[in-house]
Amino acid sequence: MFEALTDRMQGIFKDLRNRGRLGEPEVDAALKEVRLALLEADVNFRVARDFIKRVRERALGVEVSESLTPAQQVLRIVNEELVETLGGEPGRIDWTGEMPAPVLLVGLNGQGKTTSAAKLALTLRKLGQRPLLIACDTFRPAAVLQLVTLGKQIACDVYEEGTTARPVDIAMRGLQWGRDHGHTVAIVDTAGRQQVDEALMAELVELKAMVKPNEVLLVASAMTGQEAVNVAQVFHDQLGLTGLILTQIDGDARGGAALSIRAVTGIPVKFLGVGEKVEPLTAFYPDRLASRILGMGDMLTLIEQTQDMYSQEEAASLQKKLVKGQFTFDDFLKQMQQIRKMGSLQSIIEMIPGLNQLMKRPEMAKALDEKQFKRVEAIILSMTLQERALPSLIDGSRRRRIANGSGTKVQDVNQLLNQFRDMQSMMKQMSKGSVPKHLAKLMR
Amino acid sequence: MMRFFRRSAPPATDPDTSAAAPAPASVEASLSSTRKGFFGAVRGLFQTQRTLDDAFWDELEERLIQADLGAHTTGDLIEGLQAQHARKPFLDPRDAELALRSELLKLLKSTGDTGLFLPAVADGIAIILVIGVNGVGKTTSIAKLTHYFKDGGRYPILIAGDTFRAAAIDQLKIWGERTDVSVIAQAPGSDPASVVFDGIGAAVGRGADTVLIDTAGRLHTKINLMEELKKVRRVVERRHPGAPHETLLVLDAITGQNGLMQAKSFAHAVGVTGLILSKLDSSAKGGVVFAIAQELKLPIKFIGTGERLEDLSPFDPDEFVQALFA
Repeated sequence: MFEALTDRMQGIFKDLRNRGRLGEPEVDAALKEVRLALLEADVNFRVARDFIKRVRERALGVEVSESLTPAQQVLRIVNEELVETLGGEPGRIDWTGEMPAPVLLVGLNGQGKTTSAAKLALTLRKLGQRPLLIACDTFRPAAVLQLVTLGKQIACDVYEEGTTARPVDIAMRGLQWGRDHGHTVAIVDTAGRQQVDEALMAELVELKAMVKPNEVLLVASAMTGQEAVNVAQVFHDQLGLTGLILTQIDGDARGGAALSIRAVTGIPVKFLGVGEKVEPLTAFYPDRLASRILGMGDMLTLIEQTQDMYSQEEAASLQKKLVKGQFTFDDFLKQMQQIRKMGSLQSIIEMIPGLNQLMKRPEMAKALDEKQFKRVEAIILSMTLQERALPSLIDGSRRRRIANGSGTKVQDVNQLLNQFRDMQSMMKQMSKGSVPKHLAKLMR
Repeated sequence: MMRFFRRSAPPATDPDTSAAAPAPASVEASLSSTRKGFFGAVRGLFQTQRTLDDAFWDELEERLIQADLGAHTTGDLIEGLQAQHARKPFLDPRDAELALRSELLKLLKSTGDTGLFLPAVADGIAIILVIGVNGVGKTTSIAKLTHYFKDGGRYPILIAGDTFRAAAIDQLKIWGERTDVSVIAQAPGSDPASVVFDGIGAAVGRGADTVLIDTAGRLHTKINLMEELKKVRRVVERRHPGAPHETLLVLDAITGQNGLMQAKSFAHAVGVTGLILSKLDSSAKGGVVFAIAQELKLPIKFIGTGERLEDLSPFDPDEFVQALFA
């Protein structure tokens, strides 16, 4: 019922392409769908409307060029507008002035402030800073303890006074402590509330006035709905936000809230929060998030995620094997298992441009079915190590044995062997720089 | 920038003239503008003396989408109203309001009973699994449920199944102290399934009649974490046939359309029996539950309305819809 944004957008532009020319009715029809897609991505209603208006003006005025199809032209404009709106400098923190430079993290409950504080500390340390964490969330049970635990995990100093002192006093004494101990940045974790209420705001306003932070960062989840703009607006009005940390971007939310917040407050997205372990925050690139919202795939993030999982050597050796066509069933198995760690197949597929459309084909859907995944795994595990390295060894009787061992049929084993052979030859071709014809056809 | 907040302002005022820069607006003013919420505006829409023209429908669409009902559900609702209007024209906007209310109610009631299905105290222990993505308020909801059950004469015990997040166990223990119930926990980092297995045994041993199991927050897209949750469920089933009697998914009312994906994934993985809509006291109204009701037929069983222990109520569809228009 709720088609993925990707499918929707690609569907629209396919229609456009088929019509050949870019007239007013086509643009409007396409933009109507774009609007719906934006709304389903949780882009605020008004932000979406303004956005569509801008794209429409630009799209109608544009000349049909020879090199691009009308669809590509509209898509380019939509994309350009999105990137422009999202804009901003990737992940920079202002640490000029007196040391330690205070950074205030604010936001509603459950958006990931405390986790983000630890992640930010790790990120800044990688950049050569000496961060200090200051625990000013005296409100939520065990929040201080959570920050202390996270600080320990990353060996970062945490200044805390339990939950009885006033946050503002904790912060001031924490800053002094940081000054005495040579810290360069102080990340202040503050209390959230279930809603923006006066007591919380009063506390934060006082905190800001005393601490005089270099940065006031709003922490908000990528899953936030239409209300994102109001929350951001209230925090911005009261505290003068300098940036956004968008968390839970590793889920399947499209993150339209970021576009809304940016459009309404003008504050840049500074970092993305990925994963619940204390890993550094990810730098924000407007073009990537635009792609994600547009459903054009997020290959770069996929590649980065993959890079995180492979060591440099592993990646290099894998690449060499791919080029030489020496990719074995063992490598295949390993890759498959790595991929599964990254999330559901669906979420991975959505990151790859074109694949979403491809998945609509029943034969592809079948090939990438989770159950099929397990079956393939079982078949490979039923091979001997030698067979995995040298599939040509696998004759009729070995096939029967493998089928028995994996609880599959000989046909399944045959199918996998054929697919594997095709894949090997395809990869050889691709490594030579040519996209195999049948694949190119599918991607179109 | 304030033009995004036209909402409940009378149509005569030009919203673009309001302050734009992050000027230190008064806390109160800025909050009250948030609090009115979009459904307040829906009501305003119906109250104005106006004809049911295109502008009316457009504005209604806007209001519903702003309340996170989602483009699809909103479209269905409006088409339904327009069809009714075509058959038998509404006399005035109030007529349309009544029709919209009854449609919204119908959606919520299509999910079946919103009460809990627990064995009577005399018939043995009741086991409730509480699940959800990170940060939605699982632990707090459990504390409130504890209070609710104690009020109802039950004797609950909590199992700290969130062994992952730093200090999650301590957070639950603090709530345990505040509500004066036992919390069964093991060391952080323990296998949650084994914590739950041992915990149920211990709870039975201590004579509890109700067990609330806290679980680690997890994004529904993380396969390995969802597998872990399935395992927890399997262990509960094996330890106590017939359990869990309820598997409650906690959903933050501020969540947008992703709420539907969350509900789908968790329901698919471990069979959700109902929702707890948390943090409903902010201006976020949790409109995505209508989409969830429409597509998944999952009933809301509780709403979390504040930060105190008492701020949890059994869900009442009539009241809920009433509040949307308040």
